[in-house]
Amino acid sequence: MTNRIFVALCLLPLAVFSMAFLALPIVRLVQASGESAEGWGIYLQILQTPRYLQTLLQTVLVSFAVALTALAISTTAGLFLARNRFPGRGALLSILTLPLAFPGVVIGFLIILLGGRQGLFNTLLPGHVVFAYSLTGLFLGYLYFSIPRVLLTVMAATEKLDPSLEEAARTLGASPWRIVVDVILPGLAPSLVAAGAIAFATAMGAFGTAFTLATDIDVLPMVIYTEFTLSANIAMASALSVVLGLATWILLLVARSFAGTTVAAGG
Amino acid sequence: MHMTMPRVLQLAVTLLTAAFLIVPAIQSVLAGLTVNYFRGISSGLTLKWLGQVWELYAGSIALSMWLAVTCLAVTLVIGVPAAYALAKSPGRMSRVLEEFISLPLAVPGLALALALLQLYGSMQGFRTSWLFILVGHVLYTLPFMVRSVLAVLMAMDLRSLEESAATLGASSWTRFRTVVVPNAMPGILAGALTVVTLSIGEFNLTWMLHTPYLKTLPVGLADSYASMRLEIASAYTLVFFVMIVPLLMAMQWATDRAQRITR
Repeated sequence: MTNRIFVALCLLPLAVFSMAFLALPIVRLVQASGESAEGWGIYLQILQTPRYLQTLLQTVLVSFAVALTALAISTTAGLFLARNRFPGRGALLSILTLPLAFPGVVIGFLIILLGGRQGLFNTLLPGHVVFAYSLTGLFLGYLYFSIPRVLLTVMAATEKLDPSLEEAARTLGASPWRIVVDVILPGLAPSLVAAGAIAFATAMGAFGTAFTLATDIDVLPMVIYTEFTLSANIAMASALSVVLGLATWILLLVARSFAGTTVAAGG
Repeated sequence: MHMTMPRVLQLAVTLLTAAFLIVPAIQSVLAGLTVNYFRGISSGLTLKWLGQVWELYAGSIALSMWLAVTCLAVTLVIGVPAAYALAKSPGRMSRVLEEFISLPLAVPGLALALALLQLYGSMQGFRTSWLFILVGHVLYTLPFMVRSVLAVLMAMDLRSLEESAATLGASSWTRFRTVVVPNAMPGILAGALTVVTLSIGEFNLTWMLHTPYLKTLPVGLADSYASMRLEIASAYTLVFFVMIVPLLMAMQWATDRAQRITR
């Protein structure tokens, strides 16, 4: 057996698996979205139906807010942890990265423990501080999910910054604030854009958290889920899935062209 | 450490964020071990809820472990040879293929699950078996295995290693087995731990693919959040933490180790 054939054989299981369980199902999904009475006009219908349009808008807005907030928080904390050494730093870093392994459902439950009817806030501040099942709860859940991921990206990017640039700025008399704005943030910019895009895309498609919290909130994954299971509107569920999948995929592709690798695990 | 005003603010943001992440996790652990959560710790500590979780959900915990092991086996068999092939032929086609199998990282699990359901949903024997869930898990974890192994293989001088082995008369298969796999081990280990961690926590695809008789750990969690008392849901979450946190730490250690090689 020549080496060429051996290499081709090595690729065969992957090719068969991804053909059967990735390529063909996606083709089927796209096909199914055009099988209602509207045909391909169903994509136009998404834009003409207020409920779907509002859902799209709401999902994009929440995801955008999550991405911006996660960036602000994680950049602050990430720069602080990357640039300072102090007792307890390791423990803090562990706490901040621990949620990486939590699936969305678990995060939803943790938000209920904070802001549910018997949650921490409602117990400490008895005045009906229940936010878990509202848009606020959903926002906090997505934020919980995104903070560790953005933080790790920021810290990795900070380590790659050239410290001599900051020293030069300092020698030239720049204040710490100016150094952050003029030297550090521009240096981090590509990674920040990429990390923000990942946070945005993950929030757009997050199903687990929404499933636990958003019983009454129309966000895209929940609407797809109810169209499919409750309304049996298979074509619309498929069309919305295609729109969602295309949006997140293109977004991450663009983000990666800004900065090396992306990791977008979970939801 | 010299404390200036901006630094104090940075520290405050960092501490608040850490509190936001850890406080509910601690609450959940405590709730799972407390006799009555609404009366607080003063009602006493108990293992009763953990016992009930075991009675209610032992099957789903076992299914998740079985899925993680089989998913690992399949991703090893498919992913390691594929990474080798991609490393051997670094061309446009390989890039496109790598990009394509990475789609499940970008496209939400819900959309992929709908796609699988519509193509295979009518094949009753397959649809209702655990293999259907396994397909979802492999789909989602495979890119992590391929990329992890590929990164290590690309960082080493595969060509000269293989050439020396070939001069000594080693066949393709022998070279793969005795040269490529041992050298790729750090990447395989990191990939393996990632696959197991992700498989045990996978919910988005699994929720759509599972049947009432086949509930995985996270599906059981969603179930307990919706229908069980808070203490049982918390105790079950505690069981999940105990399983996933050591895995996460091992995964981070292995990934760091593999990344030192690829740098």
